[in-house]
Amino acid sequence: MTRTRTSGIASIMRARVWPLAAACLLVGLLPCAAAQATAAQQVHATQAWIRVLPGALPAGAYVTLRNDGDQPVQLTGAKSSSYAQAMLHQSSMSGGMSHMSGIGSLAIPAHGQVVLAPAGYHLMLMHAIAPVVPGTRVRLTLEFSDGSSLPVEFLARPANAIGPDSH
Amino acid sequence: MARVDALGQFSARDQDAILVRGDCRMLRVMNAVKPCRPTRHHHPLRSTLLLSCLALLAALALAGCQRSGALPLRLTNLSGHMPNLSFSLTDDQGKAVTASDYLGKVVLLYFGYTHCPDVCPLTLAHLHVVMQRLGPLADGARILFVSVDPARDTPEILHSYVTAFDPRAVGLTGSPRALERLSKDYRAAFSREPDQANGDYEVSHSAGVYIFDAQGRARVLASPAASQDDIVHDLHLLISQEAKP
Repeated sequence: MTRTRTSGIASIMRARVWPLAAACLLVGLLPCAAAQATAAQQVHATQAWIRVLPGALPAGAYVTLRNDGDQPVQLTGAKSSSYAQAMLHQSSMSGGMSHMSGIGSLAIPAHGQVVLAPAGYHLMLMHAIAPVVPGTRVRLTLEFSDGSSLPVEFLARPANAIGPDSH
Repeated sequence: MARVDALGQFSARDQDAILVRGDCRMLRVMNAVKPCRPTRHHHPLRSTLLLSCLALLAALALAGCQRSGALPLRLTNLSGHMPNLSFSLTDDQGKAVTASDYLGKVVLLYFGYTHCPDVCPLTLAHLHVVMQRLGPLADGARILFVSVDPARDTPEILHSYVTAFDPRAVGLTGSPRALERLSKDYRAAFSREPDQANGDYEVSHSAGVYIFDAQGRARVLASPAASQDDIVHDLHLLISQEAKP
C-alpha cells in the first residue's frame, strides 16, 4: 500500500515538475533572446532621401544607419514596391577617375554608424514601377544578413538636391 | 587627395604658381636695371629713394603680372597645358554644334553619363549651386555635360537630364570617335565596365570639371575635391574678365 502511495506521489510530482522546469528554462533563456535582437531591431535610420532623376533613369538612395546593438550587423540590400531593383553600390575615386561598383554587404559596427551619402555608399534604385514625384515619400525595406528587414520612408528629392533637406 | 590624383597627368598647380612668380621676378630684375642703379655716394635721402624705388617696382611687377593675363585663380591651373576647346558634337536639341558655338561663354566641361545615379548628379547639383551663387554673371557661363555613353544617351534623354539640374547646362553627345577624341584632348579617360546580368553596365569616367575662358582657352581644372568657394571665385574672375572692354 505504502509503496503504491509513494509511487503515486512521485508520479504526481513528475507530472507537475516538468512544466515548471520548462517554464523556468524559458524564463532563464529570455535575457539571451533579448541580447540576440535582430539587426532590424537594433538599427535606426535617419536622413533617408532619394535623388530622383528624369525619365526611367536610375536613382540614388541615401540614409544614415546607426547600430545601437552590441553586435555589428551587415546590410545586404533593399527591396521596394516602387522600384524593380535596388542594389548596394559604392562610388570611388582613383587617378582622377570616378568608378561605381556593386558591393555584397555593408557592415555597420556595434554602437556605430554608416552613412550612405553621395559619392560614397548608396542604394541604386532601378526601373521605377511608377514615376516617383519629388516631395513624396518612398518606402524601401532594408535587408540584413540575419534575414531581418527594416522598412524606412525615403523622401524623394529633385535631381539638383544636395542633401536630404531643402535649402 | 583626389586633387593630387587628378593632377597626376597635368603639370602641378604649384609649378604654375612658381612659373607666374618667376615671370614677375624676372620683370622686377629687368626694371631694376634702369631706375634703381646703385649710386656710389652716400646720400641721406638714399634709403628713402631706395624704398620708393622698391615700392614702384613692386607696383610695376604686379601690374605686369595682371597685364600678362595671370589671374589669381585658385583651382588647378591648366593654362598653356591643354589645347583650346575644340569639338564637333550634337547638342541635347539634336543640333550639330562645335566649340565655336560657345565662344563668348566661359565653359565648364564635364564628362559623364545619365545612368550614373550618384557622382554625376552630385557634380551637376554642385555646379547648379555654383551658378546660383554667381547670380546674373552665370549667364556668361555654360555647363557642357559630355556623354561618354552615346549608346544610351540620346539627345532627348540628355535634354531632360541636364535641364533637371540647371537651365545653363547643355548635354552633348556624338559618335564614339568624336567623343573619344575630345576626351583624349583633355586626357579625360573613360571606360565601360563589364556587362551586368541584366544588360546594364557601369562607366568609369574622369571626375574633374575643365573650365575654359570665353576665348575657348583651357584655364583651370576643378577636381572633385575642389571647394565650391574656389570654383565660384575662379568663374567670377573669368567671367568678369570677359565682361571688361
